[in-house]
Amino acid sequence: MIGVGKAKQYANVLDRPIGKGKQEVSLSAFAFLFSELVQYNQIQVDNIAELERRLEDAGYAVGARVLELLCHREKGNRREIRLLGILSFIHSTVWKVLFGKVADSLEKGTEHEDEYMISEKELLVNRFISIPKDMGAFNCGAFVAGIVRGVLDNAGFPAVVTAHFVPVDGQHRPRTTILIKFAEEVLQREARLG
Amino acid sequence: MAAIYSLYIINKSGGLIFYKDYGSAGRMDTNDSLRLASLWHSMHAISQQLSPISGCFGIELLQADTFDLHCFQSLTGTKFFVVCEPGTPHMENLLKHIYELYTDYVLKNPFYEMEMPIRCELFDISLAQAVQKERVSLLGR
Repeated sequence: MIGVGKAKQYANVLDRPIGKGKQEVSLSAFAFLFSELVQYNQIQVDNIAELERRLEDAGYAVGARVLELLCHREKGNRREIRLLGILSFIHSTVWKVLFGKVADSLEKGTEHEDEYMISEKELLVNRFISIPKDMGAFNCGAFVAGIVRGVLDNAGFPAVVTAHFVPVDGQHRPRTTILIKFAEEVLQREARLG
Repeated sequence: MAAIYSLYIINKSGGLIFYKDYGSAGRMDTNDSLRLASLWHSMHAISQQLSPISGCFGIELLQADTFDLHCFQSLTGTKFFVVCEPGTPHMENLLKHIYELYTDYVLKNPFYEMEMPIRCELFDISLAQAVQKERVSLLGR
């Protein structure tokens, strides 16, 4: 019985239960690690678009794994098949686990049917980062966009995800918006499901 | 009335990496500020040798007729010093706070090259807030 006497020894390491682990990580430690990730990629590329793509790919790997883990832990291995379902899963559960809070807002795009936006006043990964003027519209939030793309892709909702700065009146720092553009097949499937 | 005249940050080799002035008194052009920074760096190093007390880390406070100079040296040799009106209180705490802002918004910035001049927007913003808060609290006395 678990909890009585000494802990139960598992013969096979794969049988051990996946513990929840420590919920908190030092923000400074993460900030330094992320800063090093950006610097490492920066010295290997020639232009900004390539850097953004690399950060996104790094995030994609995280997203794929986070989806598997959270489906097992939080949702009891149930699969999301509806668009709004997977979006609110990302907006609340994924954000809560990764950044300690739910995202600020989830909106549907007004111009196009296939666009959705997750907004955040300031992404955790961007907290200590000041983009130099000569880098233009580059956003380290591309890493988070990659995470979202990884989750969506592996859940069966292929999409193009990008991160943008959106200036806000009255505030010096712009807001960050993760723009999700779903593939055609996702919308068709959604329409078929009613 | 600005009780703080200017703020300097010098790297471990004595080069000026950040300079901001807040008052009309003691305003300097670029060359003069660079000269002052390397002058202070050398004086700080010499004072370590001259000190009659062993284990001295260098000058922390210099008091003159028209100004005070408070200096804070981090363990890595980066020096933060502020030139202010004589008798301004709480400068050591302000310097420690600025050091914290430096570690946050400059050192965690992937686009900042070590020992180079600081050009970080977030550092400027939070520094301005810190100095403003200090100014307000000084006026309140």
